[in-house]
Amino acid sequence: MEVKVFMRGRESVVFTLLFPVILLFIFGSVFQNTIAPGVTFSQYFVAGMIASGLVNTGFQQLAITIPMEREFGTLKRLRGRPISVSAYFIGKAYLVTILMILQTALLLGFGAAFFGLDIPTTSGKWITFAWLILLGSACSTVLGIAFSVVPKSGRGASAIVSPIVIILQFFSGVFFVFSELPIWMQQFAALFPLKWLTQGMRSVFLPESFATQEVAGNWELGRTAIILALWLIIGLIVSIKTFKWSEE
Amino acid sequence: MREVLLALFFLRGLTALFLQFDFLNEDKVRQDVAMSTNTKPAIEISGLIKRYGQKVAVDGIDLTVYQGEIFALLGPNGAGKTTTVEILEGFRNLSGGKVSVLDFDPATTGEAGRKWRNKIGIVLQSTTDAADLSVQETVEHFSHYYENPRNVDEVIDEVGLREKAKELARNLSGGQRRRLDVALGIIGSPELLFLDEPTTGFDPEARRAFWDLLNKLRSEGTTIFLTTHYLDEAEALADRVGVITAGKIIEIATPATLGDRGNAPARITWLENGQMQELETSEPTAELKKLSARFDGEIPQLQVIRPNLEDIYLRMIGENR
Repeated sequence: MEVKVFMRGRESVVFTLLFPVILLFIFGSVFQNTIAPGVTFSQYFVAGMIASGLVNTGFQQLAITIPMEREFGTLKRLRGRPISVSAYFIGKAYLVTILMILQTALLLGFGAAFFGLDIPTTSGKWITFAWLILLGSACSTVLGIAFSVVPKSGRGASAIVSPIVIILQFFSGVFFVFSELPIWMQQFAALFPLKWLTQGMRSVFLPESFATQEVAGNWELGRTAIILALWLIIGLIVSIKTFKWSEE
Repeated sequence: MREVLLALFFLRGLTALFLQFDFLNEDKVRQDVAMSTNTKPAIEISGLIKRYGQKVAVDGIDLTVYQGEIFALLGPNGAGKTTTVEILEGFRNLSGGKVSVLDFDPATTGEAGRKWRNKIGIVLQSTTDAADLSVQETVEHFSHYYENPRNVDEVIDEVGLREKAKELARNLSGGQRRRLDVALGIIGSPELLFLDEPTTGFDPEARRAFWDLLNKLRSEGTTIFLTTHYLDEAEALADRVGVITAGKIIEIATPATLGDRGNAPARITWLENGQMQELETSEPTAELKKLSARFDGEIPQLQVIRPNLEDIYLRMIGENR
């Protein structure tokens, strides 16, 4: 049901699903250089785009649409029904996961077709990819729901949420090579999940040799999993504690 | 076996006939409901108080609504109607007093609260979400929330949205939108239905159709609690009405007896000496006799006007300002 509603909103379909592809097209066309032996910027950028796709479809989308649903009374009407909060959360998580899979498939297909993107070949990398997508979607969903109580109105939501996401993207090395960012920026970004998701995605799409160029000198997948899980738990607790059905 | 079947069939026919008969005598049914004091309460409110900060929105309400009746809560904007209804619906917490809806505290959450919500239908004051689902899909979807939903197509027919079934909700007009809200309110076969200003934005024809629908629901045993601005609506539907202003209920009565309406003075108007004359009296028959003696024939443009519910209501509200 959530998926159906989403697909009916044409603007959001275009923006959420195609935006990363468009960005890839722009950045891929502008920066045709290689950033390390055998690593094109497009290759680096796809990793970042998939990671920030998780933040966009989950956190950004929910933190904007839920306040709107609250303002329009959609949520209040749901509240009067014999369903639980968790059913609503699960519906949203399902939507985010489906969107993420679609978006990633588009991005990979487009990247491989036009920018010579190398798709991972080992099963180990695909497994890493799968858990990053699943854990990332879940994390992003609960944080989006948790953050949805911050905007005071549906209309104002986008103005509050979008800048946060964009700044986070710059800090987390989506658009630039992370190791070239100022140290304070790196350390700040390391507090949030996006940096870890991006780094995880790099481990999937970039050759092993690139790991040495990471700040820590390796992919830090174990630490990534722990930090994402922590954010997931924090988001879950906060979203359950603070969720509001109506503006009141 | 055949005899048993035949007998059953006969009985069914008889019941149907009886129901139809009763349905025709709507006024009689209404009176019966209003008169009977032994029916069980569906809603019990005692000493209900709701404060928002310093402001007291509901100031000590006592009210009982019986099963199977249509109760209308009347009152000006900001009198506390919606606050009261939303406390009964479990949307708001009360500041003082006690409410019980279908023998249940509406503020209860969790599994028990869901079980209770399965038995009630809610039509909120207004929903403005630009839903990207069709009427059919929306009603269908909401029907899955309930244990014992009504037939989706039947509900769409009843609210008069058959021709719009495939239309997206966002493309509906205001009145059609409202009818969709009503459809979502009754889809779960509720025992108790809350309607907060349900016919705002309806055209007169749709309003009549809606009244018929509510009467049908009542005849099926649904208790209906409604708030409205429209006095004719309260008069046409309600077994009893309650008037609320400034958070207090000032009277609960049948529409015919509200504000001592039965004994209220009537107004007589007629044309005399080229001017409209007017007279207010509690003995209109005696006055008429005098008039007709004076005119010795037809009294030009004669009218005897009993105060309608709206007059009574406005007077009551005015007195309590």
